[in-house]
Amino acid sequence: MNQYWIAVIGTSAIAFILKYSGHSVPEKWLSHPRIQKVNALIPIALLSALVAVQSFTEKSKLMIDHRLLGLSVAIIALLFKAPFPIVVISAAASSALLYRFG
Amino acid sequence: MSRLSGVNKATLRDSLSVSLTVGAYGVAFGAAAVANGFTVLQSCLLSLLTFSGASQFAVVGVLGAGGTALSGIATASLLGIRNGLYGVIMAPRLKVKGIKRIIAAQVTIDESTGVALGQEVRNPEAMRQGFWLTGFGVFIFWNLFTVAGALGAQAMGDIRAWGLDSAVPAAFLGLAWPRLKTNSDRALAIGCAIFAIAMTPILPAGLPIIATAFIAIAVGLRR
Repeated sequence: MNQYWIAVIGTSAIAFILKYSGHSVPEKWLSHPRIQKVNALIPIALLSALVAVQSFTEKSKLMIDHRLLGLSVAIIALLFKAPFPIVVISAAASSALLYRFG
Repeated sequence: MSRLSGVNKATLRDSLSVSLTVGAYGVAFGAAAVANGFTVLQSCLLSLLTFSGASQFAVVGVLGAGGTALSGIATASLLGIRNGLYGVIMAPRLKVKGIKRIIAAQVTIDESTGVALGQEVRNPEAMRQGFWLTGFGVFIFWNLFTVAGALGAQAMGDIRAWGLDSAVPAAFLGLAWPRLKTNSDRALAIGCAIFAIAMTPILPAGLPIIATAFIAIAVGLRR
């Protein structure tokens, strides 16, 4: 079994276990403000790291290329409060144009 | 009287609009998964079984960047913790047992919980309807659009020529953006981004991303 299958099965199993155990524990266990705070910050940290790694690295090396334009366009779109699909499509379109004709 | 005629119109409208817009984003996931080396079948299974957008994007992002299955699973699971917390919030409101609880758990995500809590001002019944309608609605559209995105990306060939290598980080940014409410949130985001890039040439692929979760924990416990 390759890494991809292990990842699919492992991610799915743990995702369900997390969801189901939430439905099964008493509410007061996790209502501590610090736990709530950490829970709000973890997605910010992981998602920001993923944005950076996917935009500026290639096989464990730092790399500045057409993806920088895509990310910049996405930031501009978000600053103008563009809806989600516009953010993704405008980033993809600008990046593709630079890759093809740059 | 049919079950649907008992549904609050505003609740139905809220649930459907969220289901369609979020579900459509499954195209981006399907395409991203295939672009990062997953098969169409694996992409569809992630949407059916994992059914949590941020976790799904994370696992394909980590493996696509050369990370191991273990670091992909760890990153996805850290992002999935919040679904567990949503379960804690929803369980006393839904009061379901057995098979219904299993189904409720599977559709416990950002959107179903968000819409449900948004309906609570109307009445408890609207809250429960909002949860189920949004949960099932997102599930159906997310999976249909994943198939479309995966097949579409498979037909594209060089994904860079279509901008898919930028669509994925843009999608991550779009997921992170609404969470950046304060200056310290933004500082954490920028700090973690720089940390992850700086550690990429040094640590095995995937670890720089997981490591940022510990930065978040340290910051959260200190404040």
